[in-house]
Amino acid sequence: MIPAFIVENSPALMVIVPLVAAFITPFIGRISHALRSLWVGGAMAVTSAITLILALDVYATGTRLYVFGASAASMALPPDSGGIPIRIIFAVDPMSALMLVITAISGFAIILYSLASERSYSGLESYYTLYLLMITGILGMVSTGDVFNFFVFLEILSLASAGLIAYRIDGGVAVEAALKYFVLSTIGALAILVAIGIYYGEYNALNMAMIAARMQFSLLDQVALVLIIAALAMKCGAVPMHFWTPDAYSMAPSSITALLVVASQASLYGLFRTVFTLYNLSLNAVTVGWLIIILGVLSMVVGVTMAIPQKNVKRLMAYHAVSQTGYMLLGVGVGLAVLGNQSLLDAFGYMAMEGGLFHIINHAMYKGLLFLTAGAIFLRIGTYNLNRMGGLGHSMKWTMVFFVIGALAIAGIPPFNGFASKLMIYESVFIFNPVLAVIAMVVSILTLASFVKVFHSIFMGPRLPEYAEVKEAPLPMLFGMGILAVVVILFGLFPTIVVESLITPAAHALVNQGAYISAILGGA
Amino acid sequence: MELTSTLLTGTGSWNPLAWILGLVVAAVIAWLIYSLGEKGYKAGTAQAEPFISGNPEPEKGLVHVRAGNLYWGYLEALKGYYNRLVPLHTGDLHDYILWYLGVTALFLVLVVISA
Repeated sequence: MIPAFIVENSPALMVIVPLVAAFITPFIGRISHALRSLWVGGAMAVTSAITLILALDVYATGTRLYVFGASAASMALPPDSGGIPIRIIFAVDPMSALMLVITAISGFAIILYSLASERSYSGLESYYTLYLLMITGILGMVSTGDVFNFFVFLEILSLASAGLIAYRIDGGVAVEAALKYFVLSTIGALAILVAIGIYYGEYNALNMAMIAARMQFSLLDQVALVLIIAALAMKCGAVPMHFWTPDAYSMAPSSITALLVVASQASLYGLFRTVFTLYNLSLNAVTVGWLIIILGVLSMVVGVTMAIPQKNVKRLMAYHAVSQTGYMLLGVGVGLAVLGNQSLLDAFGYMAMEGGLFHIINHAMYKGLLFLTAGAIFLRIGTYNLNRMGGLGHSMKWTMVFFVIGALAIAGIPPFNGFASKLMIYESVFIFNPVLAVIAMVVSILTLASFVKVFHSIFMGPRLPEYAEVKEAPLPMLFGMGILAVVVILFGLFPTIVVESLITPAAHALVNQGAYISAILGGA
Repeated sequence: MELTSTLLTGTGSWNPLAWILGLVVAAVIAWLIYSLGEKGYKAGTAQAEPFISGNPEPEKGLVHVRAGNLYWGYLEALKGYYNRLVPLHTGDLHDYILWYLGVTALFLVLVVISA
């Protein structure tokens, strides 16, 4: 049995554990490297376990509130506060829980992988400290019920990410990529801060539920909405604000790139949370929905077409990450565009949203897996250049198997998980607008073509003389990749279970603004 | 909730286990056809070496078709598209910021006008 203390305090513990562990890591590293590995692996395992416990609790009992500085969740709205929730609140609904599950699985798989992949590098105290801070930032972003708190966690995530993108320096190129990411992130964060200032000035509140309850969609609210949408769309790599993505994704260590995918999805979560929970029907849903759809279509098409000619495998995969984000934006954008029409929402809007949300978790798994395979290859041959690769299928069989699983999933080939979510998007979007569905299918074909090229370039052909001595990736790396591969397969084989358990509740939690508000302001 | 339940997509359905079953049947049929084939093959003998009209086999590195040579036709056919798209990816941070600010401004106009 899980102690009640852990279940009750899981929202706080899942952030506190990696945060405290992060700052202790450098001291442990001075004692022993082996102890440090044990420490960070254990800290991440505990964080993942607490996070999954919380997510399961949310799916079992409904939205969880955690009020910092109060003895009970019912103190979310103190009697002497004038009806304003003044304390910091974590509000974990099924949408947040979906993101928690993604972070828990990916975070654990990637730390296992990192223990082997980064072993030969120096500065690992910083690496693991920043890694755990990234986890803290992501978990905080997707759990908080307070807009300023969201900004704080976003900044923690951005700073830690920038440090890790620059981690390998690489003749200054990695530092340049980190600088680009950092400058853009800071400008985006400033825009979000201005939006938060607008809300605070208008509604005298920072609590999401309170702002949502008072939302009037005034001109200032429209400005705030656009500032947040643009900033978070840029952070998740939507075209035409995606330019930082290939730079940062390709220069970061592959383990960090896999986590950057999850970080981008936390921004996507923030975007969806803003339009659905803060604004919902008060905004012009058709316009904003179509803006998100257009961002999605541009991301899908530009992402995949830019991926095909790439020679660097990680830049290629980064462009595919942009392309796959497009599917998520398309699916959820269609749901938003029909938000005001219940019959259309029931006919295909929910399904489109569920497809988009299902694609978030699927993408985190298979794209994370693909980046990890790229890292395993780099570890063994020291290059990301596809023109210099070949014949590695002879010596890296397990890596090849994992790559094939990830590649087939991203291309939407049955029975892998990418197919299930894409099918949901195709069929629902087709009813909304057939052209959009056709574009989505063509993009999938191009994705397959691109990964056929990558597969051939890396693994096919005779064993090349320069790679005659290449061995399979170390066991912890294979284990990390294996976890993600198993999830990709299971989610593909049993999509109904995932959709019914995780996705449908998340979609309904997003759409049902009233339930979110009453869960918090009603003192649930 | 059954493990074998079908995912309903509103207008269609998807049952991966039925798909797997179909694949297994196809694999069995393929194996049966394969088992009817030539049985004289011996791995590791001259049979398994490439025959290039009697010419000697080139070096391994020269045989492999590298990534840069793949999809040449596709890229040539879409040269007009790529000639416009690729130069937009300048790698210059100033351009990245301008794109971001431009999209923000465009969205602001569209959202405010339509409100």
